[in-house]
Amino acid sequence: MTLLTPKYLLVTALAALPLVALAQSPEEKGLEIATEADRRDEGWGDSESTMTMVLRNKHGQESVREMRNRSLEVDGDGDKSLIIFDQPRDVRGTALLTFSHKDGNDDQWLYLPALKRVKRIASNNKSGPFMGSEFAYEDISSQEVEKYTYKYLREEPCGELSCFVLERYPVDAKSGYTKQISWIDTSEYRAQKIDFYDRKKSHLKTLTFHDYSQYLDKHWRPARMEMVNLQTGKSTTLSFADYAFQNGLSEQDFDQASLARAR
Amino acid sequence: MPLIARLIATGLLVASQSAAAEFYQQLDSEWSLEARAFPDNAAFAEQSDGNLSLSLLSEWYAEWNRDFSVTIAPFARFDAHDEERSHIDLREFYWQGVFDRVEVRLGISKVFWGKTELLHLVDIINQTDAVENIDGEDKLGQPMLRLNWALAGVSLQAYALPYFRERPFAGEDSRLRAPLPVLRDDALYQSPDEQSHLDYALRVQGYAGALDYGLAWFSGTARNPQLLAANFVNTPNGPQPSALQPFYGLLDQLSLDAQYTVGSWLLKLEAVWREQGMLAQIPGQPPQRLEVDYGAATGGFEYTQYGVFESAWDIGYLAEYLWDERNDAADNGFQNDLFVATRLAANDVLDTTLLAGVVMDLDRGSRFISVEASRRLNGNTKLALEMRLFNNIDARDGLFYPLRQDDYIQLELTHYL
Repeated sequence: MTLLTPKYLLVTALAALPLVALAQSPEEKGLEIATEADRRDEGWGDSESTMTMVLRNKHGQESVREMRNRSLEVDGDGDKSLIIFDQPRDVRGTALLTFSHKDGNDDQWLYLPALKRVKRIASNNKSGPFMGSEFAYEDISSQEVEKYTYKYLREEPCGELSCFVLERYPVDAKSGYTKQISWIDTSEYRAQKIDFYDRKKSHLKTLTFHDYSQYLDKHWRPARMEMVNLQTGKSTTLSFADYAFQNGLSEQDFDQASLARAR
Repeated sequence: MPLIARLIATGLLVASQSAAAEFYQQLDSEWSLEARAFPDNAAFAEQSDGNLSLSLLSEWYAEWNRDFSVTIAPFARFDAHDEERSHIDLREFYWQGVFDRVEVRLGISKVFWGKTELLHLVDIINQTDAVENIDGEDKLGQPMLRLNWALAGVSLQAYALPYFRERPFAGEDSRLRAPLPVLRDDALYQSPDEQSHLDYALRVQGYAGALDYGLAWFSGTARNPQLLAANFVNTPNGPQPSALQPFYGLLDQLSLDAQYTVGSWLLKLEAVWREQGMLAQIPGQPPQRLEVDYGAATGGFEYTQYGVFESAWDIGYLAEYLWDERNDAADNGFQNDLFVATRLAANDVLDTTLLAGVVMDLDRGSRFISVEASRRLNGNTKLALEMRLFNNIDARDGLFYPLRQDDYIQLELTHYL
């Protein structure tokens, strides 16, 4: 990388931010960091991956979920995604199609293989558990900048890295959270940790991101996410494998016919 | 249709050429053990108070280059009491190809149309496998050629259905059966082509914002037969039928199904207009065929409260009204009925759910009560409970009256191999 790439120039500009910070409120700076993190990941096009969830209760008993995920980046709106469930076996073949939107509710359709039925479902169940795990629907849905407002708190070391620490507040009143505190590393703008605060404003869960890899020399994806519920002692490990980008997927791979065909 | 022939030929060619390039297959099998108990005395001496039954379902799916696939899904049931319920069926056996925006499906398959929960008025492509369950949700495989042309938000479907599947009926040893034996091998047809009549259907389905809709036309053999009194025998009370004979008339059906999804509300509607050939039976005269046209509709809502009482539980409230212009002649028994139900979901690791509801006949006061609950035992096993009660059934409720002593509770254990 030469020092003259736009990316380098931007990092330099951000590094110079404190010099002009007098004119910038914590809210503006928080939004700027979130926007920059989003901008850095633009252009991934489409991706596929397999996801494995290991659910643990406080006695350490485990339960496994396996899914395959296909996603499509949509210019000017939220992403589209198709999740195909493989495990547990009674939901095998079930598939979930989501059109996420920057504003308002997402559109969601569920395919039920036993009945061959495609069913539009209400998507405002933000706070409900996804597949019985510690991840809520809103935790695994497309993270659009517009879904939160932000406030920059500070910069502090996080492991070997240095992190921006910001609060973000869900715009949607149906969210199960009053706020989230997120740690984003200053070098690559990757989420490292998020603390979730419930409706009673108490610390509910902590999510940590592990083993990031970079794809297409640009897009960072974690191989593992750990969600720990501090109030119940339950936890969920979400692992990603077989990441593949730019597979030539298009809108046609995310319509109701594709949903019904998904295996 | 040479275009279709060319498409299929191209598909097979491309499929065979690319077989080595990207091949994917999966085999899924499951068996279910079902136990039923009938607490009420049987209406007929040959019926029993309990039943055991085992079913097997397999599905093999193979895919070439993502766009071409073959699905084979055989089903079999072995029933301890009812030899009619012991049956095998090829639920699916089809080839499918995707050519840009056009999907071609050829073979035996299953298709679902509709939106409402209790009654699937609009759903017409597949014959109901009525010996499986009285809820009408099990279907026989239907031979078809289907084209699905997908545009942005809308798809146009055309179906050619070259062979008709007759509805299975429970045998005389079975509970939940018709009041008289059904002449299964002696069905009458309006069409001289009988089972070989070529049915066709067209459907437009799609979504616009919060609205999902389907508009369809079907022309062919009615899936739901008229059961005629047959095999009259002389009794002290005059001639009485000793059997029921199915009559399959020809049916034209125009249908609309729609769902509007807003917030936690799902608003649902299904409506049909039908013109159907039926037979009128007048004692002492040969049956007379007449054309009957009528409308029927069902609609209502489902509202869900998420995370009630600071738990992960969801509670859903459902209500659907059912109407049929034919009143007591409605062959589904729902002429002026109200269905209310609640759906509970624990959202727990074991996916515990319950759906409990009642259908009330607003004219007669008959009540049909249904409870369905299920829970996973582990990653490969699931347990389901089903209870159906027929309560205060009026003799004019033709569909439910023969079942009035057949309340049952069922446990089903399903194991996925």
